[in-house]
Amino acid sequence: MADRSATHVPAIIRAGQRRVRAWSRLLLLALVLVSGHALAVIETYEFSSPELEQRYQALSAELRCPKCQNQNIADSNAPISQDLRKLLHQQLEAGAGDEEILDYMVARYGEFVRYRPSFDGATAVLWLAPVLLLLLGIIVAALTLRGRRANSAGAAALDADDEQRLRELLTRTEKES
Amino acid sequence: MAPRLKLFLPLILFAGMAAFLFRGLSLDPQALPSALIDRPLPEFSLPALGEERTLSRAEVIGEVALLNVWATWCPSCRVEHPYLVQLAASGVPIYGLNYKDEDAAAERWLAELGNPYRASIVDREGSLGVDLGVYGAPETYLLDAQGVIRYRHVGVVDERVWQTVLQPMYQQLSAQGSGG
Repeated sequence: MADRSATHVPAIIRAGQRRVRAWSRLLLLALVLVSGHALAVIETYEFSSPELEQRYQALSAELRCPKCQNQNIADSNAPISQDLRKLLHQQLEAGAGDEEILDYMVARYGEFVRYRPSFDGATAVLWLAPVLLLLLGIIVAALTLRGRRANSAGAAALDADDEQRLRELLTRTEKES
Repeated sequence: MAPRLKLFLPLILFAGMAAFLFRGLSLDPQALPSALIDRPLPEFSLPALGEERTLSRAEVIGEVALLNVWATWCPSCRVEHPYLVQLAASGVPIYGLNYKDEDAAAERWLAELGNPYRASIVDREGSLGVDLGVYGAPETYLLDAQGVIRYRHVGVVDERVWQTVLQPMYQQLSAQGSGG
């Protein structure tokens, strides 16, 4: 859920005139965009090149909203996300590289703001856990399979020895019943 | 012995998971430590609320102090305000960061509710806010005498927060400052 207020206690949206104007702009935009795709971005930015716009979309999808936590800044309507989108636009237009922008955000909001955190001591577990768990699974599966094969081989050997006894037992139970 | 132990493996795994999950119950998923802990307060040059001067980093550092991010549009700020006034009266230096607010409303607020701040930095665009990693209001930063950020509290500072969280650190930092 998007927490739209900038306050740390969720509640109360300031009904300032600016807001009203922004919302009516959003409504207009929504009408225009009704055609199909659900880009939840409210404001539109002009980009000097389509390549920049593409990078903007990619970065705003990868940056996480610090306020709402389970949304990226492209989807979030929280004031902080609006601010970060504005910053992102400014930095892209100023010619900053992707890494530079991500470093800027991480320096202020921590690795938390990246949906793909960089690999370091603190995030190593995060990145390596899937591989390690897969390896562990393969090892367990291999051991189990090998154990089962050894068991069934043993069982076959027993069969050869005890076939006679087994047959006797079977005939005995048949007679008894 | 080994096969016997193997039988206990599921139980051991369960106990391990239960321990982690139980710990998880008491963790706050919203808790987000500041990226600026143990980093210096960023440089800035912004106007002071209700005064004809600009404030910079040098003017708010020098002693252990609180930097409180507030705004008139923030209902929780109104909740914590009386306690800040009380804290300031007891001698704790508090600086304000008036975050994305309107000056007139902010000055009226301070006139009506009392002014706990030594000075309030006016951050209309939220630029210092971004440099600090602010993502809402209220937030309260604990600065040491060298202007290094030692802690950030997100949300209302009340008596409980002050006594259990901020005051111990505040006193420790103050003692260090006067000791060395």
